Amino acid sequence: MRNAYISALYDIAKRNKQVMSLNADIGAIVFDKFKSDFPDRFVNVGVAEQNMIGIAAGLASCGKIPFTYTITPFITARTYEQIRVDVCLQNSNVKIVGVGAGLVYSTLGPTHHAIEDIAIMKTLPNMKIVSPADPIESKMATYAIAEIKGPVYFRIGTAGEPKIYDENYEFTFGKGVELKHGDDVTLIATGSIVYDTLMAAKELELKGISTRVINIHTIKPLDKDIILKAARETGAIITIEEHNLEGGVGSSIASVILEESESQIKFKRIGLNDIFCSYYGTHQELKTHSGIAKEDIIREVINLIKLKDKQVK
Amino acid sequence: MELEEIAKNIRKKIFLMSYRAGSGHIAPSFSCVEILVALYFKILNIDKNNLNDENRDRFILSKGHASSALYSILAKKDIIEEKLLDTFCQKDGILGAHPEAHSIPGIEVSTGSLGHGLSFGSGIALAGKIDNKNYKVFVLLSDGECQEGSVWEAAAFASHHKLDNLVAVVDYNMLQSLGKTNEILSLEPFNDRWKAFGWGVKEVDGHNISKIIENLASLPYTNNKPSVLIAHTVKGKGISFMENVPLWHYRIPNNREEIEIALKELGLDRKEFEEALK
Ligand SMILES: Cc1ncc(C[n+]2csc(CCOP(=O)(O)OP(=O)(O)O)c2C)c(N)n1
Repeated sequence: MRNAYISALYDIAKRNKQVMSLNADIGAIVFDKFKSDFPDRFVNVGVAEQNMIGIAAGLASCGKIPFTYTITPFITARTYEQIRVDVCLQNSNVKIVGVGAGLVYSTLGPTHHAIEDIAIMKTLPNMKIVSPADPIESKMATYAIAEIKGPVYFRIGTAGEPKIYDENYEFTFGKGVELKHGDDVTLIATGSIVYDTLMAAKELELKGISTRVINIHTIKPLDKDIILKAARETGAIITIEEHNLEGGVGSSIASVILEESESQIKFKRIGLNDIFCSYYGTHQELKTHSGIAKEDIIREVINLIKLKDKQVK
Repeated sequence: MELEEIAKNIRKKIFLMSYRAGSGHIAPSFSCVEILVALYFKILNIDKNNLNDENRDRFILSKGHASSALYSILAKKDIIEEKLLDTFCQKDGILGAHPEAHSIPGIEVSTGSLGHGLSFGSGIALAGKIDNKNYKVFVLLSDGECQEGSVWEAAAFASHHKLDNLVAVVDYNMLQSLGKTNEILSLEPFNDRWKAFGWGVKEVDGHNISKIIENLASLPYTNNKPSVLIAHTVKGKGISFMENVPLWHYRIPNNREEIEIALKELGLDRKEFEEALK
């Protein structure tokens, strides 16, 4: 996703001279082409993330379109108040790009994991949040957010995510995507875990459970229609995210359903259960340890279907 | 064992554990080996049998990405078990690429996000003053890290509150993630900056253990002021192709040629290497 983002940004910058990349000493090699072809429009501000956001807001006030980039906690949590005042309060045209969504920086530990970024970014007025599921979506979404005037938080993975989409995929900001139709239960996921969710759905299908899968790539504003339709048609929803349950996308979806759905529905969130992940190993091993792996999704679906059946009887 | 010999051993350990894990920061760790050896073997007053002693000196690895160097030292000092090093960054292990205080004996502060250590250390130093304790607080910073504004907020606080029990050591290798510190965001005149912030300042060759010890033996440098030792170092010191090359900030050798050179320069023979990876 990272490389897809950077090559799209390069392409956008080629056509729009206002586009800039601001980095806080992260992005070795991968930014080399951007840096050498647009030397005035690439600035490594140093290891100084708070300063980077303020600078970006200043640049934006002069018509520039800065894309700021570093590891997620350092660009969301470290800089939170700069984003709040300099970017969101003044509706500045600054893009906040956090690399390393969820637990993907597995061995780097809790300081580098991104598990509360969605929560803190979504609570800011004017902020929009986009969280692509694969490299193609990362690329298409980069073009889309460049067109949006105002703050956007873009939550991307790193490298090597499996592909979900092909090159013909068209990304529409604010619109969830039904990846698989189904009638018994709906799985709504965001980010690279959409892939695990799809794999789980395929296995569930073999067990005779008709499973719908929705990729909710835009977390704010949420696509209420696709959520309410799923609630109506399947009566059971599970949300899946590589993020803390507190304040995650599941909690946003729960609010929509509770306030606006007229159907009786069964609901469950899958995510990190309010813990830091002080566990090491591969990304997959961390997901398993944290209870957000494919097997966990399958188990929760089966449990929820049982509850739903009971309710019908 | 001679301290130089220990330093040599520590580099071997760092290399092996990072290579095995396919993760970790070799070059940033190599940069501060001698500083850590000097601190842990001659300066810090820490009793491995009483790690929670209220009067112990505190050490904070503010450049947390050099964790593999610190873990190797803690193993050498018998504070953690040597065999833990084999689990670095792996499933069911507790030693991550950045150190965590809640799970690892001898780690005072969880670090990994740059620019936190000097503030945390200032708090410990202030508590020491309030409670009339005699301990000292040592914080190891990196140069890129000193671009964080928080470092200078702590620097101002420490001198204002006359925290002469606080000692910063800067691993001044002049390189950060993406390039040379002087080209990205210069910190010069570095010595004068610290002075202007009210600190006593000394400079040293950061790979000369006896010189480092000499410079940390008598503290504070100036009465009523915090002290900073600027240690001139080489990032990647110990493996020639890594030395002063930014790309090696977060990279593990992976081809035959690199590995051959690394083994030779670290003084590891093939057999020892293969044995250790089992
Ligand atoms: C707050 C924060 N921002 C960014 C990073 C990512 N990062 C890790 S090390 C590093 C810079 C390394 O340069 P330096 O601080 O000089 O340390 P060296 O490895 O050269 O000793 C960066 C940007 C981080 N760990 N924390």
